Amino acid sequence: MAIKAEHLNYVYGLGTAFEQCALKDVNLEINDGEFVGLIGHTGSGKSTLIQHLNGLMKATDGAIYYNGRNIYDAGYNLRALRSKVGLVFQYPEHQLFEINVFTDVCFGPKNQGLSRQDAEKRAREALTMVGLDESFYARSPFELSGGQKRRVAIAGVLAMKPEVLILDEPTAGLDPRGRDEILDQIAQLHKERNMTIILVSHSMEDIARYVDRILVMNHGEKVFDDTPKEVFKHYKELEAIGLAAPKITYVVHSLRDHGVPVDDNITTVEEARDEILRLLEK
Amino acid sequence: MGIIKTSKLIFDYIRRDEEENIEEIKRAIDGVSLDIKAGQFVAILGHNGSGKSTFAKQLDAILLPTEGTVWIQGMDTSVEENLWEVRKKTGMVFQNPDNQIIGNIVEEDVGFGPENLGVPTEEIWKRVNESLESVGMAAFRLKSPNRLSGGQKQRVAIAGVMAMRPQCIVLDEPTAMLDPNGRKEVVKTVRELNRKEGITVLLITHYMEEVIDADRVIVMDNGKVVMDGTPKEIFSKVEELKSYRLDVPQVTELAYELQKNGVDIPDGILTLEELMENLLPKFAERFPGKVTLGNGVKDGN
Amino acid sequence: MLKDITLGQYYPVDSKLHRLDPRTKLFGTMVFIISLFIANDIWAYLIATFFLISSIRLSQVPFKFMVRGLKAIVFLLLISVSFNLFLTPGEPIFRLGFLKLTREGVKIASFMGVRLIYLVVGSSIMTLTTTPNQLTDGLEKSLGFLKKVGVPVHEVSMMMSIALRFIPILVEETDKIMKAQMARGADFETGNLIQKAKNMIPLLVPLFISAFRRATDLAMAMEARCYRGGEGRTKMKPLRYGKQDGIAYLVCLVYLAAIAGLRIMG
Repeated sequence: MAIKAEHLNYVYGLGTAFEQCALKDVNLEINDGEFVGLIGHTGSGKSTLIQHLNGLMKATDGAIYYNGRNIYDAGYNLRALRSKVGLVFQYPEHQLFEINVFTDVCFGPKNQGLSRQDAEKRAREALTMVGLDESFYARSPFELSGGQKRRVAIAGVLAMKPEVLILDEPTAGLDPRGRDEILDQIAQLHKERNMTIILVSHSMEDIARYVDRILVMNHGEKVFDDTPKEVFKHYKELEAIGLAAPKITYVVHSLRDHGVPVDDNITTVEEARDEILRLLEK
Repeated sequence: MGIIKTSKLIFDYIRRDEEENIEEIKRAIDGVSLDIKAGQFVAILGHNGSGKSTFAKQLDAILLPTEGTVWIQGMDTSVEENLWEVRKKTGMVFQNPDNQIIGNIVEEDVGFGPENLGVPTEEIWKRVNESLESVGMAAFRLKSPNRLSGGQKQRVAIAGVMAMRPQCIVLDEPTAMLDPNGRKEVVKTVRELNRKEGITVLLITHYMEEVIDADRVIVMDNGKVVMDGTPKEIFSKVEELKSYRLDVPQVTELAYELQKNGVDIPDGILTLEELMENLLPKFAERFPGKVTLGNGVKDGN
Repeated sequence: MLKDITLGQYYPVDSKLHRLDPRTKLFGTMVFIISLFIANDIWAYLIATFFLISSIRLSQVPFKFMVRGLKAIVFLLLISVSFNLFLTPGEPIFRLGFLKLTREGVKIASFMGVRLIYLVVGSSIMTLTTTPNQLTDGLEKSLGFLKKVGVPVHEVSMMMSIALRFIPILVEETDKIMKAQMARGADFETGNLIQKAKNMIPLLVPLFISAFRRATDLAMAMEARCYRGGEGRTKMKPLRYGKQDGIAYLVCLVYLAAIAGLRIMG
């Protein structure tokens, strides 16, 4: 397995008047090659959790194992871990700083100590992965469109060749097409390069379309950890913690409530369409 | 003439080099003529870069037309004497909640607009109280804005605009940076202001769920108005919407897909209730005695 | 949490001092600072101590909050006290190698120490009982006379108040960008001074860009809300002197007169 967290606790402002528990006894396992969705409302602890997974934040209590080794052990190389577990922050375009796209993407690999040649090779690969061709290399990152900037920023992390890629709301603020493009590219990385992906998102519709497994956080605790179908069956509990299932779940449950024998494992529009057509024998 | 009227509006972004020579001209708005009636809830849709935000800035005289005219309550925005009157009549709420709150305390921020207008002190307090009440933020009046959630900050921004007693509010993607709960909060607040206080609302967004109960939906693409109608009319054209890089709500999409595959469902289904009304009788026919009609459908919102 | 960092750390209770007009408090603080520099004998310091303790009691702020500000100057305090203690020429009372302790040294050092401590505690009474907004308002109004000589008092105080609003936001942003660059392998800790400065570029460039973007947005938002400088502006919370302010002014003046009197007579 790639990542394993055991009894993770994190308290903000320990020992001050503002003490606040951000993670409470979180246990989880992320396996190699999985595509996991992480959901929870703002302040549920999901951002805190992902920053623990690459060692940017240190748990107050508990342990994290990466490929079987405890990252809190003395002498564990946290900087090396950060290049294995790539983290793309929310609005990652805000971290761009170089004069052109290409140099910016080289920043990560250079920090890893790679030679200029190797770093540039990595940058080229990463930019190809996010669908930006050579015509972008010499352009200033600041004159690109919102979606393009974001792809440059994601490439900046991909260039470090991470084994696990964590993305914190990669589609925030993008329009529908921009959102689909980014998510499709991520899905492609997962499929073609077998990269392990953790996708933090507010959109249940997006999550339902892409992931194999969903983790739900609430008040610093992990409350669900299952396949999308199973998690969305608990749509009432999800609502109680300020979340909702995809719209399509409500269609399916409403049909069932009225006695239509529709399969309740449905989470996407396509599945619902096929099931309804099957039942109506069209 | 309605409260907002534009005629053959054109706006170019002009980029100049160091010697003030024109380097690049980008046409952001390309011949938009619109007339918006007072008291309506109008949504403007469009993908990023479609010109919708530039259009919003024209309505508050933050940008002025390159060609054509914008009238706010009959006042031409390009006439300098009208500037402050126009800004008083149209309130503007922007995308980033952090970058539009000026005060260090909620109530002081709401008072900022009236202070600028030279409103007497007692009247400022009255307006601040009323505005905070109308967006449901009265309980937070002494809080620091930094302590609020995104949705709450946007409600404070709306209150700040309301305190200037505008006739119309233009919201430029007010929900783009919020989480789903914040989005609902803001849209609900705006809708209430429209219904209860009769404020004309122009909501610019790319979230389709937010425009379902607008009175009128305008779609922009490439600086032009490409669709204009009621939500029902707009959402019945699923393919056309997709060609403008937009989405439709899942329920609408499902109805459309079923219709395409031969199920007899009308165009432009917007809500779960409508979908059920149309689907259940078909299932009742297919599974006699097992399927019940009638209500009791609850939707995610 | 970073959000909790506030400048001057206001302590919210409703005390007599909290209710005073900020201009009165600015005046009082100024009087107190002046008095510390005039005072040069034990009696004057006793009066100053009495004045300070009464103010602390009146403010209803727990004593530990007052002392908190001292942490920052412990180092400065130690240096200046020990310099004065050992390097003042005069009648020696104790010798340790080349160091000698003089009677004059003890006197100057203790006065110096007390003066510094009182200075910090005295000004923190003001910041603990006055919100940053009141403070900028008070400064704007008190310095209003400078407008006549062309100092943009309103603009400066507006800038101060906006800065106060954005400091916590920018602090949080710094933290975020720092982490984002660390996730890309950036190193902010090791290396020599030049190396370290160079390593800050990936942090500073995005931070400046973001600050500029915020500034542009904010300017637009202010214009949209009809802001056009101080002319013709009214105030939601205009500063008004009350009876208690008169009393406070009187107390301050009497206090200053007493200290000055002691100096002249002594």
